[in-house]
Amino acid sequence: MLNRQGRPTQAGEAAHAEHATFTGNKALQQVEPLIFEIGHHEATGVDIDKPAPFKSRLGKHARQGEIGLPGLSEPETMRHYVRLSQKNYGIDTGLFPLGSCTMKHNARLNEKMARLPGFSDVHPLQPTSTVPGALDLMLELARYLMTLTGMPAVALSPKAGAHGEACGMMAIKAAIAAKGEGATRNVVLVPESAHGTNPATAALIGFSVKAVPARPDGTVAVEDVKALLGPDIAAIMLTNPNTCGIFEPEIVEIAAAMHEAGAYFYCDGANFNAIVGKARPGDLGVDAMHINLHKTFSTPHGGGGPGAGPVVLSERLAPFAPVPFIHVENDRPHLVESRGESPAGNQPFGRMTAFHGQMGMYVRALAYMLSHGSDGMRQASEDAVLNANYIRAGLADLMSLPFPDHPSMHEVLFDDEWLKGSGVSTLDFAKAMIDEGYHPMTVYFPLVVHGAMLIEPTESESKAALDLFIATLRDLAIAAKGNDKERFTSAPHHAPIRRLDETRAARSPVLKWEKPAPAKAAE
Amino acid sequence: MRYLPLTDTDREDMLARIGVSDVDALFSDVPADKLLKAPVDLPRAKGELEVERILGKMAGKNTAASAVPFFVGAGAYKHHVPATVDHLIQRSEFLTSYTPYQPEIAQGTLQYLFEFQTQVAALTGMEVANASMYDGSTGTGEAVLMAHRVTRRRKAVLSGGLHPHYTAVVETLSEMANDEVVVLKPDVSAQEDILSQIDDSTSCVVVQSPDVFGNLRDLKPIAEKAHAHGALLIAVFTEVVSLGAVVPPGAQDADIVVGEGQSIGNALNFGGPYVGLFAAKSKYIRQMPGRLCGETVDSTGQRGFVLTLSTREQHIRRDKATSNICTNSGLCVLAFTIHMTLLGQAGLARLAEVNHANAVRLADALAGVEGVTVLNDSFFNEFTVKLKKPAAEVVEVLAAKGILAGVPVSRLLPRAGLDDLLIIASTEVNTDEDRAALVAALVEVL
Repeated sequence: MLNRQGRPTQAGEAAHAEHATFTGNKALQQVEPLIFEIGHHEATGVDIDKPAPFKSRLGKHARQGEIGLPGLSEPETMRHYVRLSQKNYGIDTGLFPLGSCTMKHNARLNEKMARLPGFSDVHPLQPTSTVPGALDLMLELARYLMTLTGMPAVALSPKAGAHGEACGMMAIKAAIAAKGEGATRNVVLVPESAHGTNPATAALIGFSVKAVPARPDGTVAVEDVKALLGPDIAAIMLTNPNTCGIFEPEIVEIAAAMHEAGAYFYCDGANFNAIVGKARPGDLGVDAMHINLHKTFSTPHGGGGPGAGPVVLSERLAPFAPVPFIHVENDRPHLVESRGESPAGNQPFGRMTAFHGQMGMYVRALAYMLSHGSDGMRQASEDAVLNANYIRAGLADLMSLPFPDHPSMHEVLFDDEWLKGSGVSTLDFAKAMIDEGYHPMTVYFPLVVHGAMLIEPTESESKAALDLFIATLRDLAIAAKGNDKERFTSAPHHAPIRRLDETRAARSPVLKWEKPAPAKAAE
Repeated sequence: MRYLPLTDTDREDMLARIGVSDVDALFSDVPADKLLKAPVDLPRAKGELEVERILGKMAGKNTAASAVPFFVGAGAYKHHVPATVDHLIQRSEFLTSYTPYQPEIAQGTLQYLFEFQTQVAALTGMEVANASMYDGSTGTGEAVLMAHRVTRRRKAVLSGGLHPHYTAVVETLSEMANDEVVVLKPDVSAQEDILSQIDDSTSCVVVQSPDVFGNLRDLKPIAEKAHAHGALLIAVFTEVVSLGAVVPPGAQDADIVVGEGQSIGNALNFGGPYVGLFAAKSKYIRQMPGRLCGETVDSTGQRGFVLTLSTREQHIRRDKATSNICTNSGLCVLAFTIHMTLLGQAGLARLAEVNHANAVRLADALAGVEGVTVLNDSFFNEFTVKLKKPAAEVVEVLAAKGILAGVPVSRLLPRAGLDDLLIIASTEVNTDEDRAALVAALVEVL
C-alpha cells in the first residue's frame, strides 16, 4: 500500500527479519492505520435523533457537499485509540528523566477532583453569583502560589509557561511605559543557557535581545550583567535554578543590580520544583516569575499540553496584572474583566486570553498542594534534588560533567566529552536508552554545552528505580566506550518503530492524510 | 507522604553515597540567609479523603451546566461528550506522556496529532492545520502576527462581530509590539462596512462567523477585497460544531482560519483548558506558529510520524522564531480527535442540525414573548435578543430561579450602550422543558 506521496503505509522491509509476522504486528504492538484508512464516510459512533422538521435559518450559508471525514463505530474507535496509546511512553510506563520538564507522578485524585461537575461543568460567563466556589478555588490557588513564592500578587490566566513569560514581560513593559521610559528601555538580557522561549518571548513583545555570557562554571556573574546595564536595559530573563541544573549563586546581587539600573528581573520558573518550600523567589529580588503548574504541581503533561503558567508579581509590577483578575473588597471577591472597570491603583496592561485561564489545571494543582501540604512540598523539593545528585554520584566516573564545581539541583547535566572517539553521539545514546525501557533524558539542551544530556528524575522515583537506572546507564556507557557502536547507531531496535527520518519529514512536508492515488499499473 | 517513595533510610544512604552530611549541603548555592529553615505557612499534608472534602465543598457551591436549563455561550458551549472520550484520554500512556521529542516511543501522540491536523483541515476547508494552539483567542492573536510576517505590514482590521475578548487579546499583543489595530464598532446586525477599511497598508482583516452575536457572515467579498490589496483574511469561529452545517471559511478563500474547538470533546472547565484550531493555506506553512506533525518513514521504510518544520520554533530560532509557543493543547486535541472520529461527517452534520433546530425553536418561541426581539436574520445555534430591561438584571433574576439564560452583551462590552442585549445559545443538550422554562421565566420577568 502506497499513499499519494508514494510512501508505504504498511510494514516495511523489516518483514524479512527473523520470525517476521505476516501482519507486521508484534503481539501487543499492533500496526495501526489512520482513521482515514479504516473509517467510512457514512459511519458514526454517536446516536443522535434527527430533529423534527423545522425551517432553517442558515440562509445562503448552508454547507454544500461532504466534509470528507470518516467516522468509526464506538468499538472501532476504542480499539484504534487504545492501540495508539500502546505506542506511547508515559510516566506510568517508567522513568521519564526529561530535564527541564519535571515529569513527576500524576496523581489520579487530581483528575477526579478536576472532573467534579462544579469545576468542569461551569461556564466562564455564567453569572459570578452562580460560581462562588470557582472564585474560592482561584483565590486559594493564588494564596498558595503567593505564599510559596513570597510574592504579593499573581496573574492566573496565562495558559502555559511561554504564555506566562509573555504575561510577565508585558507587565514589565507596561511598568516601564508608566514611568515614561517606553521609548528608551527596549533591550532584554537573556543568558545563552536560557530556554528558547525566553528570547522568543522578548522579541514577541517588541524588545530586542542581548545575550549574557555564562562563566566557565555554568553560572551568570553579576559583573557580566553590570557590564551590560544602561538606560536601554528593560529587564533580564534568568532561569533559576538555571538550565544547567545550578542555582545561580549571585542571583540576589543580579536582582539588586537590575533594580539599581531601573530595570526588572524576570525569572523563568521552569525549574521551581527544586526550591519549593526551600527558598522564595520574592526573597531573591524577583519581579515576575511564571510557574508551570504542569511541572511543579503535577498537572499532567498530556502529550504536550494543556499546561498552565500563572505569573507571580512583585509590588512594583502588581498594578499591571492583566484582566481578568479577582479583586477582594470587604471579604467579597469580585471578578474584574475589563480594563475600564479596574479598581483604583490597578493599571492592567490588557488581556492574555478569552476567559479566566486554565481552571481545570488550577484544580489539579491545588489538589496536589493540599495533598502534599507545606511539609510535603518541601520534602518533594529535597527529594528531587537528592535524586538528581544520587544519579550524578552514580555516573560521574563514566560520563563527563561540564560543571563539576556546583552541586546539581533537581537535574544533572552531562555533556558528550566522554563519548569522544566512540562514534556514538548523544542522540545514539538516547535511542539506546529506549531499547532498555527508558525515556531518554533531554538531549542537546542547553545549547551552552556540547551534546548535552540533561537528566531530571524528579522526587517520584524510588531508590530502587534510581539504582536500576544508574546501572543501566553504566552498562550503556561502558558499551559505548567499548566498541559496541552498532548497538547505538541503529537504535532503537525494540521500539514500536525504528529510528525515524526527521530530515525527510522537513524536506517535503506531509502534514495531513491524502487519499492514495489510484494504483498505477504494475511497475 | 503517599507520593514520595524515598524512606528516611533511603535518604540517609543516598546522602552517604553522594558524600554530604545533610540535604542542605546540596543547596549550598542558595544564599544562606535566603534558605528557609522550616516549611512555609500553609496547611500540612492531607489524605485523599480530606482533599476530596475540601474541594468537593468548593465545587458544590457552583451551579453546574447540566443541572439547570442552560443557554450560556459566547465563546464556550455546553455539549454532550461521549463517555468513550474521557475514558481514553485518561489512559496513562496519553495522560502522562509529553511532547513527542522522542518519536519512536511517542507514535501514539504523533499519530493522533496527524489525524487531528487532517480533521481540522477538512472541517475548515483549508490545506494545512497545526497541532493546536492554547485556545481560539490566543490563536487569533498568533494569526494576526503571522499575517504581519507574511505581508510585512503591521495593521490589522478587526470586525465588530469578533468576540470582544478575542479583540482584547489581539489589541494587547499589538499594543506590546507597536502594531496598529483598527477595531470596528460592535456590530449587532452584521451591517458594518468593513470593505472600506481595507487599503494597501492593511495586513489582515479578522472576521468571525458565526459572529459573537450569532450572525452568519459572507466572507467571500471580504476575501476578494483583502486580496486585491495584498492583505489576508483571517476567519474566526468560536463554535466548531457550526462547521457541520455552514460553508467553511476555506471555501470562501480565507487565508488563515482560527477557531475554538472546545465544543468537540472538551468540557466547559470555567474557560480552560480549551483547544485552539489553526489552519492556513499551504503557501504560508513556514510562517505558521505552533507545533506541526508530519509523516515520514523509519530506517526500515515503515511509515511513522514526527514533529517537523521546527526551524520555525523557539527552541531552534530563539528570538527569530515565528512564535514563543512551546507546547499546545495535547490532551484537549486528543479529546477533540476522538469525539470527531466517533461523530464522523455524518454524526457532525446531524449534531449541527440538532443544534440549529433547537436554536430555531427557541428563537421562534422567544419571538412571541412580549418585550423580547430576536435581532438575527441568520444564525447557527446562537442569537441575540433585545430585552425591555437591562439584560444583566434579567440574567441575575433568572439565575436565582435556576435558569442560566445567556450572556448579557454588557458583560463583554461594558459601557457600549448595549445593556438591553442578551446572547442566547442553544445546543443538543436543551430539551423542550428547558425552552419552556426559559420562555415562561422571561414572560414573568419582563
